Amino acid sequence: MPSLVSHPDEVKVVSRRFGMGATDIDKYVELDGYKAVQQAIAKGPEWIITEMKASGLRGRGGAGFPTGMKWSFVPKQSEKPKYVLVNGDESEPGTCKDHVLFLHDPHAVIEGTMIAGLAIGSKLGFIYLRGEYRYLLKIVERAVADAYAKGFLGKNIFGTGVDFDIITQTGAGAYEVGEESALMESLEGKRGVPRIKPPFPAVVGLYGGPTVINNAETIANAPHILLMGGEAYAKLGSERNGGTRLFGISGHVERPGVYELPMGYNLKRAIYEVAGGIKDGKKLKAVVPGGSSCPVMTADEIDVGLDFDQMGKAGTMLGSGGIVVLDESVSIVEFALRTIAFYQHESCGWCIPCREGTDWIKKTLTRVYNGGGNKKDVDNVQYLAENMLGRTFCPLGDAAAMPTIAFVKKFRKEFEDYVEGHKAGTPIITVEQLVGAH
Amino acid sequence: MSEIANTIFSPETAARFDHLVTIYPLKRSALVPMLLYAQDEIGYISDAVIAEIAQRIDLLELDVRNVLSYYSMLRTKPAGKYNVQVCTNISCMLRGGYEILDHCKHKLGIGHKGTTPDGVFSLEEVECIGACCWAPAIQINYDFHDDLTTEKVDVLFQMYRDGLSPNTTGKDVK
Amino acid sequence: MADVTLTVDGKKITAPAGTLLLEACKSAGIEIPAFCYYPGLSLQAACRMCVVRIEKMPKLQTACTTPVTEGMVVTSESPEIAQARKATLQLLLGNHPLDCPVCDAGGECELQDMTFKYGAADSFYAEPKNHREEQKWSPVVYFDRPRCILCYRCVRMCGEGMDVFALGIQNRGSSSVIAPNVPAQMSPDDLAHVDCEQCGMCIDACPVGALTSGTYRYKTRPWEMNHVSTICTHCGDGCKTTLGVRSTTDGSEIVRGDNRDKSGINVDFLCNKGRYAFDFANNEDRITQPLVRQPNGEMEPVSWEVALDHVGKRFRELRDTRGGKSIGVIGSNRTTNEEAYLLQKFARTVLGTNNIDHHRTADYVAFARALAGTTDRTASLNDTLTAPAIMILGGDPTIQAPATAWNIRTNVRNNRARLYIANSAEIKLRRQAKAFAHIAPFSYGALASFLAGDDSAVDALTHSGADASSFHDFRKAIRAEESLLVLLGSEFRGADLQRLLAFGKTLPNRKFALISDYVNSRGAADMGLLPDLLPGYTPLAGNTTFAEYNTPTAPGLDLLEMFEAAGSGELSALYVVGSNPISRYGVDPASLKDTFVVVQDMFLTETAALADVILPAANLYEKSGSVTNSYGDLQLVNKAGDRAGVRTDFELIVRIADKMDANMKALVPFGKGTRADMGQSRGAQSGEADRHAVWLSANNMEPKLSPFDPFAILDEIQRLVPGYNLLRLQLLSGNAQHLQPAVNANDLVQIGNRRDLVLPANDTLFTSGTLGRYSAMLSDLQHNESLRPPTGLTQIQTAAD
Repeated sequence: MPSLVSHPDEVKVVSRRFGMGATDIDKYVELDGYKAVQQAIAKGPEWIITEMKASGLRGRGGAGFPTGMKWSFVPKQSEKPKYVLVNGDESEPGTCKDHVLFLHDPHAVIEGTMIAGLAIGSKLGFIYLRGEYRYLLKIVERAVADAYAKGFLGKNIFGTGVDFDIITQTGAGAYEVGEESALMESLEGKRGVPRIKPPFPAVVGLYGGPTVINNAETIANAPHILLMGGEAYAKLGSERNGGTRLFGISGHVERPGVYELPMGYNLKRAIYEVAGGIKDGKKLKAVVPGGSSCPVMTADEIDVGLDFDQMGKAGTMLGSGGIVVLDESVSIVEFALRTIAFYQHESCGWCIPCREGTDWIKKTLTRVYNGGGNKKDVDNVQYLAENMLGRTFCPLGDAAAMPTIAFVKKFRKEFEDYVEGHKAGTPIITVEQLVGAH
Repeated sequence: MSEIANTIFSPETAARFDHLVTIYPLKRSALVPMLLYAQDEIGYISDAVIAEIAQRIDLLELDVRNVLSYYSMLRTKPAGKYNVQVCTNISCMLRGGYEILDHCKHKLGIGHKGTTPDGVFSLEEVECIGACCWAPAIQINYDFHDDLTTEKVDVLFQMYRDGLSPNTTGKDVK
Repeated sequence: MADVTLTVDGKKITAPAGTLLLEACKSAGIEIPAFCYYPGLSLQAACRMCVVRIEKMPKLQTACTTPVTEGMVVTSESPEIAQARKATLQLLLGNHPLDCPVCDAGGECELQDMTFKYGAADSFYAEPKNHREEQKWSPVVYFDRPRCILCYRCVRMCGEGMDVFALGIQNRGSSSVIAPNVPAQMSPDDLAHVDCEQCGMCIDACPVGALTSGTYRYKTRPWEMNHVSTICTHCGDGCKTTLGVRSTTDGSEIVRGDNRDKSGINVDFLCNKGRYAFDFANNEDRITQPLVRQPNGEMEPVSWEVALDHVGKRFRELRDTRGGKSIGVIGSNRTTNEEAYLLQKFARTVLGTNNIDHHRTADYVAFARALAGTTDRTASLNDTLTAPAIMILGGDPTIQAPATAWNIRTNVRNNRARLYIANSAEIKLRRQAKAFAHIAPFSYGALASFLAGDDSAVDALTHSGADASSFHDFRKAIRAEESLLVLLGSEFRGADLQRLLAFGKTLPNRKFALISDYVNSRGAADMGLLPDLLPGYTPLAGNTTFAEYNTPTAPGLDLLEMFEAAGSGELSALYVVGSNPISRYGVDPASLKDTFVVVQDMFLTETAALADVILPAANLYEKSGSVTNSYGDLQLVNKAGDRAGVRTDFELIVRIADKMDANMKALVPFGKGTRADMGQSRGAQSGEADRHAVWLSANNMEPKLSPFDPFAILDEIQRLVPGYNLLRLQLLSGNAQHLQPAVNANDLVQIGNRRDLVLPANDTLFTSGTLGRYSAMLSDLQHNESLRPPTGLTQIQTAAD
């Protein structure tokens, strides 16, 4: 069982009920559960969207799009039914925050889904979990069943005359399905290949109906925001970055774990204070700040606030909140190879630059890693990544290109030394280990 | 026609599938879950599974094959009774994921996607399983085992071998 | 939609709002490269070749998915764009086998062309390429995986275009692969196969050499062939097929059939027969010498002079001794209009008989008669692509007229056309239908009555699968359509057909077409290969149009009557041109034992086997002229192949007439007083003469120097046959033109109780009458089909709306 951690700097909003037995519906209700949704029913969609906008909540999946605005894009009138789709296909390497959320507070996701439904005029929500999270799916399914049993879901919820249903869904292993349009494809029983945009899901989404798609953490924030008020939530965070966020700190730190910190919290402090500093007293080499697709930061770049804007300014991204910490022992060549190997494995294959680009970068880095590379290969890797960037069908191409470019640019000397020094060197891990797997 | 006369599934699974196709706005939405649940029961996606699922959802078998070959958890060949999935992605790698994988290979005497001769274990190197903060982690079937060391892996294997699946993260569904 | 104006590369262009940028540019002459884009199929944005720079957009945008908007400013070529395209090509070439020197697509390959343009010649990769063995998916479809660039055109073509869904995409990422619907482990030979209609559209759509055809593979290079566009001989749709022709020692051989320039009436489409089933022309069993039966009963090869002399002499003798009425003539569904016209003229004016008929595959006589005096009541094949509502009664276009079916599917898919189908069988097109009326077997007569308003006929339509109300709903729905294109199967004949059309033409905006089976079935009827009607369905008696014929006014014997007459010893001679009635009608061979039989054919058919003289004939791909499809669309036939030793039917008819001392100037109005050559421009050079004639015509000069010139007869057709007031330039340009039989309503005499001699061909996708038996590829496909039980093709149910 993933262990819970805590730190005094944490501001617990969405993690408020973690470890308190809130998977039990009665306990959840006791802890102010299902209050927000009843208020939402009473006060109506305008109020919900106003509060959500005021909260400054931005999408916790990684793109950081303002949630209230997203909900307001859904047309009021629609011939086709509208849907809420909760993205629990958490697959970005370094990210395990939704894992903890589903484990400890599934009802918050359910309640948030209902609130989103009320806001846009939908009567059906889907909660999609990645296939590997089977035990969490069971927890969510149990919670949904309990909510139905209480009359919180189904026809005439809370006796208000409002209907709302939730269907839980499992994936079967595909990172790409985390992309919202690929998620819809998967939910419609198809290959998880993204759709052409526009039209955007808010207009033409699931089954052709207007659809709001939110990350599970984003959705779970909604009940808290309605209860505490949008403005109060906004104040917890930094400018244009309302509230708090679950940050998963992993890798070479003393106390890895999922911490809820205010938006704008200093990254360096998060690593050295909250997560207890670098493991075994080693030196920090680099940080991948928001899941594997974020450009790597060197040790001297990390004195920056953890919000979408400050991280953007620092030349990287806040991403999914998965902070991966690398100590001095890490070979960036190996780390870059492992990163691109992931994207190569997960590329859906639809478009040429991503399908072929990730494959060639992986092949080239594999050769470099095994001692068969030269300086030209380092240039080629950068050329390939730069020609992938911005040219692919969906963001996966960028997600593979951005970290690759950053690794090569920021650690160019290490790459060059590596090709020089490893002409006949012994790799730390074998090729078969790294790439034979895929 | 979703109810099948000569189903290859157990009555429970068949009943579950009968229900599953009715809950969505379009029944094709049942495809991915159905494939996964079918694999849980049969052990892999056989041609017979494809044929029945195609029939249940009114799809061409080709459609089912197109979809199933996309998802990495779905397999068309049998695996061991306990499928050991070792994450070697970045967070796990930094905390010894490859040592765990090597240890598993050595201990089980098989490689990636291999199955032990007795059919008890199979091994797979997998991408991030969402247990980064508790790395290194593996999944055996659907059970997570995290914060591992090679010693802990040995204990785990023995427990599985002895039929005492160490139920760390909920009921094993297999 | 309203037009918008945008700027591309500094040039102002206008296009209707909503047009895709790529299409708008194409219309303005600006070519934007694309591998995955295919007009009319769903959009992919997968290849990223069509990226362009649009002002105010942060990234390069795909022109294939971006609709044009007012004021849009676009750059379609720039160093940035060229680099993006080059990088994409470099990635593709990294794993591409670069086997262009042996690849069928070499010289016609979009990847090659793009590489040539963007110069992605340098390679960065040291890794070995992923090699995979070529797979034979069917006798006609081969898949070479390493060449595949995954544009998914084939997948969409097969699914969306053909509604077959035999190809899929499997695996993901760099392992992605196009997969056929019969996986190796489900196949008796442990190899993957495709279970489909074998149309070859996937090959046609493939921008590279990943999909190649079994007929053309490794045969030749595109630039070593002459490409001749002509009309396919196999069904009544009359698709344009471009035949790739290569010189051989005894003529010129057809090596390939395809839809090269997509300029025909079939636009994007060509089926397996049009694409592959040209190979009968190269069959080894072809007769290439005239054969005459000797007193000992054996057939011996003789010279042309001897054979024609013999035929001419015998015909003249029998006509003079036993009368023209003792001679029968049977024409063909696969000869040109000029040949059909000439044959009936020869029969009527030289042999002096009305005993002329052909294998009728649909009742065009009743069709023409019912619509006599109307205008704009007949549909062109083109209309099936654009009509907002279509009703198909009887027939099965998917099998019988694949281009019609393609057009209808395309129309439903892209224009949301409403399709209504009434049929006693659950035909495949019902999947596109808004309403399908499943009528009881053999109830087409009742259907005609019911649709025409007779409610009592509904009882005959109902069966356990469909109740009366479904038919009432169906009728209500089609009546509510403001305009309707009605396609009729050959089930509708005689009185049923007349009743239906008589009612139909009282409603506004109804157009009709009657579907028949071979390339010139309609032309054969139009040209008067009928015992009771002259060309253009003109009655024998009382007409002035064909006064110059001086024809007997009594109707002649129909096809079956001729054989009855032969059986009773009353038929002195039978002249069969390109037809196999013995097999088709199951005629007792013994009935011809006292008849002098002359057969013009390519092969020793059941009918030819009974002949006293066999004259080896050229097929449709070896001659020039015109044909008329089921709809009445007239098109030009161009000579493509050639075979030493054979002659066109046109030439043979003329030469027989000459041997009978007929007045040649009356039969073929050629030249102006010049008796042109009789043979020196024949054989392998005849194509030259025909092309020369075409050139002369196009330049408004007098081409008809030769009595073998079909255009001499085309002039007469144009002059005399009601409805054939064609535009010469249109025809010669290779365009189709729609003609409607225009027999004068006053001229019509009702002939009571015409015998129903319509015998549908009942061909499958892999047969084509007698001719089809001599196509090795069709035989292979039949064999291939027999290996597997039919799979899921009919099990999907697709809603059209």
